[in-house]
Amino acid sequence: MIKVEGLTKRYARNVAVDNISFHVEKGEIVGFLGPNGAGKTTTMRVLTCFLPPTSGSAWVAGFDVQQQPMEVKKRIGYLPETPPLYPEMEVIEYLQFVGRLKGLSKVELPDRVAEVAKICAIDDVKYKLISKLSKGYRQRVGLAQAIIHNPDVLILDEPTAGLDPHQIIETRDLIKDLAKNGNHTIILSTHILPEVEATCQKVIIIAKGKLVATDSVENLTSRLRGSETVAVEVMARDGSADPQPVQQRLEKVSGVSRVLQKETADGRLRFIVESLQGRQIRPDLAKAVVEAGWSLNELHAVGLSLEEIFLQLTTSTKEGEASAEGDSVSETPAAAVHAEGAQ
Amino acid sequence: MNILTICRKEMNSYFRSPIAYIVMALWAVLSGFFFYFAMSFFVQRSIESQMMGQSFPMDVNEWVIRPLFSNISVIGLFLIPMITMRLFAEEKRSGTIELLVTSPVSDLEIILGKWLAAVTLYSCMLGLSLLSIGILFLFGRPDWKPMLVGFLGLLLQGGCLLAIGTWISTCTRNQIVAGVAGFAVSLLLYVLNWVSEFGSSASDKVIGYLSVQQHYESFARGVLDSKDVIFFVSLIFVGLFLTARSMESIRWRA
Repeated sequence: MIKVEGLTKRYARNVAVDNISFHVEKGEIVGFLGPNGAGKTTTMRVLTCFLPPTSGSAWVAGFDVQQQPMEVKKRIGYLPETPPLYPEMEVIEYLQFVGRLKGLSKVELPDRVAEVAKICAIDDVKYKLISKLSKGYRQRVGLAQAIIHNPDVLILDEPTAGLDPHQIIETRDLIKDLAKNGNHTIILSTHILPEVEATCQKVIIIAKGKLVATDSVENLTSRLRGSETVAVEVMARDGSADPQPVQQRLEKVSGVSRVLQKETADGRLRFIVESLQGRQIRPDLAKAVVEAGWSLNELHAVGLSLEEIFLQLTTSTKEGEASAEGDSVSETPAAAVHAEGAQ
Repeated sequence: MNILTICRKEMNSYFRSPIAYIVMALWAVLSGFFFYFAMSFFVQRSIESQMMGQSFPMDVNEWVIRPLFSNISVIGLFLIPMITMRLFAEEKRSGTIELLVTSPVSDLEIILGKWLAAVTLYSCMLGLSLLSIGILFLFGRPDWKPMLVGFLGLLLQGGCLLAIGTWISTCTRNQIVAGVAGFAVSLLLYVLNWVSEFGSSASDKVIGYLSVQQHYESFARGVLDSKDVIFFVSLIFVGLFLTARSMESIRWRA
């Protein structure tokens, strides 16, 4: 459905996207993962025909974004990072305007507007001015705008940014529902890993404009779940604030590869413990602390941050153990040209 | 079809915001002021000429309409940048330009839609002047054809300044910058004929020829000259062409 080959976008002084290639099949939900300034927005803008690429090409639904932009635009729904809303319009007026702009006929228009208002749960604010809407509603109106012409391809730039946790879950469910019938191919960008786990089937990771990996979510997470990172908070019985004995004890637990000491306050000693590959260390850690007679205040697994994923992905390529099922894993992004501020 | 969609949306935002009402009110007040003084002057002169014993009647077209049209074209210089400044600058600032550009609509349709909306608002302003001119018909029998030409002149001059204002609005995301620059360019275009009044070299004449005022003057007199019509139409074309080029560069720079 989407094919990108050797895509490069160069600005005056920096390279925003550097020779990226990937493809997306019909009906897939793909997560576009990368830190800020990685080139996610730029790639999406090329796909939506907003920006012309410096070199390379991209096809959406079989149409070249440079040769046949009109055909591509007809088949694409796009939600930019800030929803493109006109504050002085009512929600329903806005949807009618976008519907007409996307080429819906007079006959289809009222039905489609009613339908997307229902799908995106904005029926109750239909006659409100957009300037009066909360952030969550604005995001949903933005999403409604993107799907109003029932596009084959949906491109969502950070669809959950700035929403509260409840709204995030709603938005994710909405996105999953859209893909359920298999009519929509969805690309969504994010810098939050759990988001990709929760919604996507496939992940494309880019950093500093370069493609780091494309893989299925299962492969990626299993690879990352190999080792565990645990946060521990311990209180010594006599209230002593000396972390040394605790740290030494924790290091002795089998399967622990590293113990990092964090800040200490009121006799609470905090540590970050990392495990070796494929080891479950939490039960043993708990046992060790209790047996030593300290009280265990807190013990929980910490999600891996994006930086750590990049680190893991890139080091694993260096060691030559390329992903089991990964489509492609490119060279390390360490040499990539900085692309800050390119978005 | 798409042009109308965009035009309708722009009209909507003009009349939802204070802009439409402010420019229309300012136009009504200023053009009414000019009308009042053109009328007072006319009345005074006709009393004087009667006292002097002149028996031939004074021409309303010559004494009221012509100075009125000359004067009110100046109001446009101030108000037209207020109409055009938000057209693209606001869309660029709020990011809605991304919606327009990624929709299956050509740049030309976007530009024409926006420009037509501006022209429509400007025509509404001109419509207000019909009221004062209507008063003339209550008390006299002025010739309506030169008036029609005068209105056509106002419309053409406005259309071309609006096209240039639209272009300036694509160059910035700051409305105030677009407004001030639009005003400066309009004013400059208006007074360019001073160059040919002082100098007489070929370049002076060419620059003077570009003056909007010079070409508008014949319309105010009630003369429909194809050369002036062509001048305005081509300036409109140039303005919209520059807008189209500038919009393309938005994509390259964004």
